[in-house]
Amino acid sequence: MSSSSLALTITPSYYLVLAAALFTIGAVGVLVRRNVIVMFMSVELMLNAVNLTFVAFASALDDTAGQVLVFFTLTVAAAEVAVGLAIIVAIFRRRRGMTADDLKVLQG
Amino acid sequence: MIAVLFFTFGALALAGALGVVLSRNPVHSALWLVATLISIAVLFLIQDAELLAAVQVIVYAGAIVVLFLFVIMLLGVDRRESLAETLPFQRPIAVALGLMVAAEILLLAAHTWATGAKTTSGVPIEGGGDLGNNIQRVARVLFTDFLWPFQLTAVLLVIAVVGSVALARRSGEPTGEADSEGATETATETETATSTSTETGGAS
Repeated sequence: MSSSSLALTITPSYYLVLAAALFTIGAVGVLVRRNVIVMFMSVELMLNAVNLTFVAFASALDDTAGQVLVFFTLTVAAAEVAVGLAIIVAIFRRRRGMTADDLKVLQG
Repeated sequence: MIAVLFFTFGALALAGALGVVLSRNPVHSALWLVATLISIAVLFLIQDAELLAAVQVIVYAGAIVVLFLFVIMLLGVDRRESLAETLPFQRPIAVALGLMVAAEILLLAAHTWATGAKTTSGVPIEGGGDLGNNIQRVARVLFTDFLWPFQLTAVLLVIAVVGSVALARRSGEPTGEADSEGATETATETETATSTSTETGGAS
């Protein structure tokens, strides 16, 4: 595909397809894995796919607002990781397991 | 040149994402995540988003992945995960659902885009007069059109900091204050439990 593509122009659809593939891999990771930390990493993959879509649309529409929105996604991702990992540490102190199956009883 | 960069780092991003999902060791997953994040930073760079590429490397690869690795090391969960399925047919159903999501997104990407309009006071990415470089353009939009969401992110970060500190303290080592708090909690729990048991006992 990329062998004779030196003159190929990369349209925004290429980025959208790449972002769709990344999002799908992240979604399947959330569904398949049972380690909660790896599930978090898969959520980060999905957020990054959306960021890639934002930047692709920003350059397609020639508008900086799309890039600014990525900042807010980044902030939400950082806050989510901080609180989520704190929850994981708190749960791990209570019951010594780190898969989602260990968390099926939520009332302590 | 752009095409070569896109295909190289796009493939690297996909490989990293597959590595995150398929690695059985969480530390390896975190390292594959770094590969994906840096590849996406390069993809930002070739789309004229220089500031976002730098922020992506600093915040994601520098802070978030380090936080992940810190928690993995702290909890000592870097052992291999057992692959026995507890839910029957979990993996085939998950893969089928993922393929359905991929098909839907690709169908939407191939059709007319839902978003077609610029913002009202849009700042173009390049050109458009004396608007400065990418950082100045992003700052211009961020501190004018998006000032109110920007303030809200400050509130969000404060909430996240306070929440994580509270979570870390509540179940931490029993200092005097936390211990008495936990004791009163368990006391009220047993109290309600006994009251409900007496209620059910009286009802029966």
